[in-house]
Amino acid sequence: MEKVLSVQNLHVSFTTYGGTVQAVRGVSFDLYKGETFAIVGESGCGKSVTSQSIMGLLPPYSAKVTDGRILFKNKDLCRLSDKEMRGIRGADISMIFQDPMTALNPTLTVGDQLGEALLRHKKMSKKAARKEVLSMLSLVGIPDPGERLKQYPHQFSGGMRQRIVIAMALICEPDILIADEPTTALDVTIQAQILELFKEIQRKTDVSVILITHDLGVVAQVADRVAVMYAGKMAEIGTRKDIFYQPQHPYTKGLLGSVPRLDLNGAELTPIDGTPPDLFSPPPGCPFAARCPNRMVVCDRVYPGQTIRSDSHTVNCWLQDQRAEHAVLSGDAKD
Amino acid sequence: MARYMIKRFWAMAATILVITTLTFVLMKVIPGSPFNEERGTNEAVQKNLEAYYHLDDPLIFQYIFYLKSIITFDFGPSIKKPSDSVNDMLERGFPVSFELGMTAIVIAVISGLVLGVIAALRRNGFLDYAAMSLAVLGISIPNFILATLLIQQFAVNLKLFPAATWTSPIHMVLPTAALAVGPMAIIARLTRSSMVEVLTQDYIRTAKAKGLSPFKIIVKHALRNALMPVITVLGTLVASILTGSFVIEKIFAIPGMGKYFVESINQRDYPVIMGTTVFYSVILIIMLFLVDLAYGLLDPRIKLHKKG
Repeated sequence: MEKVLSVQNLHVSFTTYGGTVQAVRGVSFDLYKGETFAIVGESGCGKSVTSQSIMGLLPPYSAKVTDGRILFKNKDLCRLSDKEMRGIRGADISMIFQDPMTALNPTLTVGDQLGEALLRHKKMSKKAARKEVLSMLSLVGIPDPGERLKQYPHQFSGGMRQRIVIAMALICEPDILIADEPTTALDVTIQAQILELFKEIQRKTDVSVILITHDLGVVAQVADRVAVMYAGKMAEIGTRKDIFYQPQHPYTKGLLGSVPRLDLNGAELTPIDGTPPDLFSPPPGCPFAARCPNRMVVCDRVYPGQTIRSDSHTVNCWLQDQRAEHAVLSGDAKD
Repeated sequence: MARYMIKRFWAMAATILVITTLTFVLMKVIPGSPFNEERGTNEAVQKNLEAYYHLDDPLIFQYIFYLKSIITFDFGPSIKKPSDSVNDMLERGFPVSFELGMTAIVIAVISGLVLGVIAALRRNGFLDYAAMSLAVLGISIPNFILATLLIQQFAVNLKLFPAATWTSPIHMVLPTAALAVGPMAIIARLTRSSMVEVLTQDYIRTAKAKGLSPFKIIVKHALRNALMPVITVLGTLVASILTGSFVIEKIFAIPGMGKYFVESINQRDYPVIMGTTVFYSVILIIMLFLVDLAYGLLDPRIKLHKKG
């Protein structure tokens, strides 16, 4: 499979009045052509910051990529100038945001907002852009596109607006589409339609999708591969099957255990006790150690390296380390 | 739209009726008459004069007489300067006042917007503080004080501009500046705060995600939304520029309508009071109407034809 994007050891920090927040602390992953790669994790785990770094849309001044590389088409996106980045945004990598109610400009027609990227990146004539916009609107399932593109966002429902936002992101045929919680603001029936639309578009355009979400139900429906993030680091990366059927990291297991399931017939949900660590001063060891049911001495002190379970499945947890078995047997592991 | 216009027209007519009635009442409540002069007029002469100008008619007839003059927009001759009709005064004074007021408004809007946008983009930076300090000064200094300061500095000390009258473009500089600074400051502050808010909106992020240039994002996506609060105050700003121009016209000896307005009240020149008041209120009402129309143009969510 062809690799389209490679994030290597990404570190992002925010400078605030209270100190420096290390939001992303060494995230690495690859994205392949045509796949849907989901990044899951709770609020504040750094998943949105990761996607904003790829887009070059980190808040200026306060946020900074302190280390690492984002390789795309042999270029490191972290080292590009603003101008070069603008040429990539919307053309090669585009993004869909969470809330379709606020993502569209209320004072411009939908057609105008859709055509903008075409005029900017493809230097199309207005007429050609209009044609393109029409076909894109039909692709995302907006009936009567000729009439609709003259209308304003407030004349559309939430689901329709999200379709427009998706059309807007796809209109320049990007290689990568980053969807940051694309269905969170929608009700469930619309959510299902939008996810269906995602799959359909992917079949037609072969775009690679990075799906940022905290909704495991969404992940189960559309993701090919899944990364579980915790406190700015990757806990576990694997195929959807790996993650849902053979989760290895205690955090992944905890996440899955806290989602209601029909097949468990009303069995009690098991929440993960505790809260994530303070990222002003993250712990030196595994950030999940304080909440982990299987904690060992080493977990508090040293961050676990990556254990490769299979071609597709990697996990950062001491329990998976080859040395763990020895430690448990010899009784060193417990406090 | 047509229905809205018609509705608005009647509302405007009603407003003008109220204004004229109030003006009429106030006019008659003020003691004195056009013929009360210090040296005293012969009683018989005064009677004759009052009869000539219908001032001895019952008030209700006088009122109807005035209403008639408003509908026909013919206010008759001035009492104090009988050779001059009120319409002539308006014709002479209005172009000057209009020129002064409009220049001031245009300058205020443009410079206010530019200052506000710069301040918002450089938020909490040096330019922001500089622009906003200027704005606070502009709001706090009344225009008549500013006018005298400007005359002192630029006309008397530096001799850069003439101190008074309205004969060439260079004469316009000081009065328009004095008149424009206050509204400019208000517009700058409003633009800054609404621009700061708009720039954090999600659709601005969407525009960035499309790879648009910062200039395009600001002009096409942000400014239009940030303009709404500015448009709202524009109506009242026009009013304040109109009234402000009375004072400015007086200070700079500009032969505009303001001069006639103030003089006519001092002299109880009833037809002139009526004429200028009605004229000013018509202009103000039309301005407010234009502002409302501008809303609809800027924000498609405001539909003028649905609910007036």
